[in-house]
Amino acid sequence: MMTAVPISWFLTLSAILFALGVAGFLFRRNIITVFMSIELMLNAVNLSFVTFSYQHKEVSGHLFTFFVMVVAAAEAAVGLAIILTVFKNRSTLNIDDVNSMKN
Amino acid sequence: MDVILFLIFALIAVVCAINVVIQTHPISSALSLVGVMGSLAVLYLLLGAEFIAAAQVIVYAGAIMVLFIFVIMLLNAGAETRKGRSYLIPGAPLLIVFLGLMAYYVQRMFPGSTMVRFGGFQGGGPRDIGTALFTTYLLPFEVTSILILVAIIGAIVLARKEIE
Repeated sequence: MMTAVPISWFLTLSAILFALGVAGFLFRRNIITVFMSIELMLNAVNLSFVTFSYQHKEVSGHLFTFFVMVVAAAEAAVGLAIILTVFKNRSTLNIDDVNSMKN
Repeated sequence: MDVILFLIFALIAVVCAINVVIQTHPISSALSLVGVMGSLAVLYLLLGAEFIAAAQVIVYAGAIMVLFIFVIMLLNAGAETRKGRSYLIPGAPLLIVFLGLMAYYVQRMFPGSTMVRFGGFQGGGPRDIGTALFTTYLLPFEVTSILILVAIIGAIVLARKEIE
């Protein structure tokens, strides 16, 4: 019976969450869900930062996680404002319809 | 005990993350994402990151997700219409192969390394975070305030109405 969790399990979980975030980012067509997939990827990276912080018995990883959270909050504010503007001008949330920079 | 705790919350996180990707309605995705963030907060506690666990619940699951749900409600976003699922044929096997390779290399690079026990790392409380934030990381912390100022101005400029 194991009583402790190997560190590689945490890293594997982080990899799984990151891959699911990438899948959502590439496959989904709703601009808000694409944005939420980015948040999922940021969370996966945060988990590996905290895990490595535990491995090295060092607080720096927690600080990086803290800064990632700040950047995520700023990104959410600006990104959602962009989504509001896109919806106001085009009345759609589908990223396939927002293609005026193509060609 | 720690293994059971890890497995339960890792399973919740993975199931909720899959749900984020496969749900067609954005509200369902957003609520699943809250589930991912809540279970990650428990895993942070297991790793001894008390402050980060609290910040995860307050900032991520609280503030950021409320902003998302607010925008979804404001725009009255409906379910996404799919044009077919042809992407799943190459996509799903590639994803599984990628995950398998990643898991294999992670297991090979950290063979039987550090074992995580609850309480094995005590340096993640608010006191230690604060000390590091205001000594070693003082400059990045101050630069963060400029970043937030830029984000506030950007959001206002983007979302305001044009005044004639």
